[in-house]
Amino acid sequence: MSVTIYVPGDSGALSLGAQAVAEQIAKLAAQRNLAVRIVRNGSRGLYWLEPLVEVQCAAARIGYGPVAAADVAGLFDAGFLQGAAHPLCVGPVEEIPYFKQQQRLTFERVGRIDPLSLDDYRAHGGFAGLTRALSMEGAAIVKAVTDSGLRGRGGAAFPTGIKWKTVLDQTADQKYVTCNADEGDSGTFADRMLMEGDPFTLIEGMIIAGIAVGATQGFIYCRIEYPHAIKVLRAAIAACIAQGYLGASVCGSGKRFDLQLRLGAGAYICGEETSMLESLEGKRGEVRVRPPLPAIQGLFGQPTIVNNVISLASVPIILAKGADFYREFGVGRSRGTLPIQLAGNVKRGGLIELAFGTSIQELLYGYGGGSASGRPIRAVQIGGPLGAYIPASQFDTVLDYEALAGIGALLGHGGVVVFDDTVHMGKMARYALEFCAKESCGKCTPCRIGSTRGTEVMDRVLAGVEVEANLELLNDLCETMLHGSLCGLGGMTPFPVQSALKHFPEDFHHVRH
Amino acid sequence: MQPVDPQELEKVGGIVARWQNRPGPLLEVLHEVQEALGCIPADAVGPIAAGLNLSRAEVHGVVSFYHYFREHRVGRHQLEVCRAEACQSMHSQVLIDHIKKRLDVDFHATTADGAITLLPVYCLGNCACAPAVMIDGELHGRVTPQRLDELLKALS
Repeated sequence: MSVTIYVPGDSGALSLGAQAVAEQIAKLAAQRNLAVRIVRNGSRGLYWLEPLVEVQCAAARIGYGPVAAADVAGLFDAGFLQGAAHPLCVGPVEEIPYFKQQQRLTFERVGRIDPLSLDDYRAHGGFAGLTRALSMEGAAIVKAVTDSGLRGRGGAAFPTGIKWKTVLDQTADQKYVTCNADEGDSGTFADRMLMEGDPFTLIEGMIIAGIAVGATQGFIYCRIEYPHAIKVLRAAIAACIAQGYLGASVCGSGKRFDLQLRLGAGAYICGEETSMLESLEGKRGEVRVRPPLPAIQGLFGQPTIVNNVISLASVPIILAKGADFYREFGVGRSRGTLPIQLAGNVKRGGLIELAFGTSIQELLYGYGGGSASGRPIRAVQIGGPLGAYIPASQFDTVLDYEALAGIGALLGHGGVVVFDDTVHMGKMARYALEFCAKESCGKCTPCRIGSTRGTEVMDRVLAGVEVEANLELLNDLCETMLHGSLCGLGGMTPFPVQSALKHFPEDFHHVRH
Repeated sequence: MQPVDPQELEKVGGIVARWQNRPGPLLEVLHEVQEALGCIPADAVGPIAAGLNLSRAEVHGVVSFYHYFREHRVGRHQLEVCRAEACQSMHSQVLIDHIKKRLDVDFHATTADGAITLLPVYCLGNCACAPAVMIDGELHGRVTPQRLDELLKALS
């Protein structure tokens, strides 16, 4: 009987040599006449162990990591096909505390299954949500999503069910479901991991959305920086068409849902929903003035759902297990689980899906094990390039939408970037402005001009030129951007800038270049 | 770098024809043109505009808006280095300085032998394995200057 070996095909694992490891295992197994079946699973999200090779043993999947191609011969010699001991052995993977303590709902299958096997997907509970949805009225599906308390995981945290209800209530010949997979925030990779590790969950969520609101056409807008995810999505869509999950009659229900993959072209702003719609229409990704809301006049002027990957991928389990099951997780108005991405200068970076309510402290030290460099952690940035910098004195804050808003920060897409004490916060604040200048769509003046002028003012501050007067000017400019910009890019760039100024003033006052 | 041969421009017509009756096709057309020709040359803008019933200005406006689209061909290999925060926290600037010195180019430029074009990129989604670079579409994580030298050597 052949032994099943899992070697992740996730691009993070590939970036650390997983392909060479898989090839070496296949080669040595052939040389030694050993029957093995190599499955290219997604990543478990334990990135400090990648490439993490798992061997299916009788009782559990035994892990070895991080494995280099040069380690493979030694693994065979030690008897890893039987789960034998080896210096790289980490034991049963699902018993590793980092993994075991998580509450994986949306990421339940990621890392466990073959991402492109529909049989594997169904064997692990896939399409249970869709099956249930097909027996329900559209309004009942929308109600289940509303009752679950799910809020948009892309960053804006708008209640998903309310958005769907608005689309459902419109009368139109054509409605659309669009998935925003333009995950451009630094420190975030949950969308990528899910698309690479369990793409059918996203597709299932989109089909359910379409059936719920009466939309027959879906688009996934994926960023071009994710070539591997693009490849997986293409194959997953083709597989779903071939088996009747997509097309003229979803699972023989007589209801149509078609799905197309569209590619971005390197514009950060296209993660903003109206800009993404412009881009899908083949235009410059300039933001639209709201109202009208996309739910009323979205893609090609039609009622359109715009949801992030994780929001849509959370829908199947809500339908399969019920709204109550999902909303049992979480605190206050933040219900369900959040896939947190721990990144940057941290010893154990990875994906941690937990109910809302974990403290930053627990995340950084309990899960993360402190900084990668071994130096003290000085700051974290949560929520991407538009998120605030948070100092160590506020690490007792818990991760939920309201708690972070309470300290002037935001949760965004749940990415946490760790910085040790070598970070220069003046330079990080300048970078935020420079990034805004580079990525501004140019439609509104506060963002287009403010970001460039802000960068210049910051340069003067950092050069020690009339520091007090220039800081006042900078704060004034930040206020203008905050209140006068059309969308979050200009409107939130002040968050990293002003939080750096507030919590780390010493990095702005003593610099002389 | 080789300029685009006028004969190669004929491919544009076929791409446009395949997309012209589908909704919102311009970005998809531009992706395919860049894939086929290595860039979107100024001479391709007219045929694309005519085929999709757009003005040349609209097509040019889209090409110039998106960082990924380019009007000229680049080197045989593309080296994209992440400049975003997570990679900065792992000292990507040291890596970037090393690359610029070693290749003797700045961002958006190509080495004198036409081999490598250096590009900045803002997040490759490999933030738990920073710093990250992408070489010809292949992602690499935890890249040290030494590792980068090995990767570059493997290209030549």
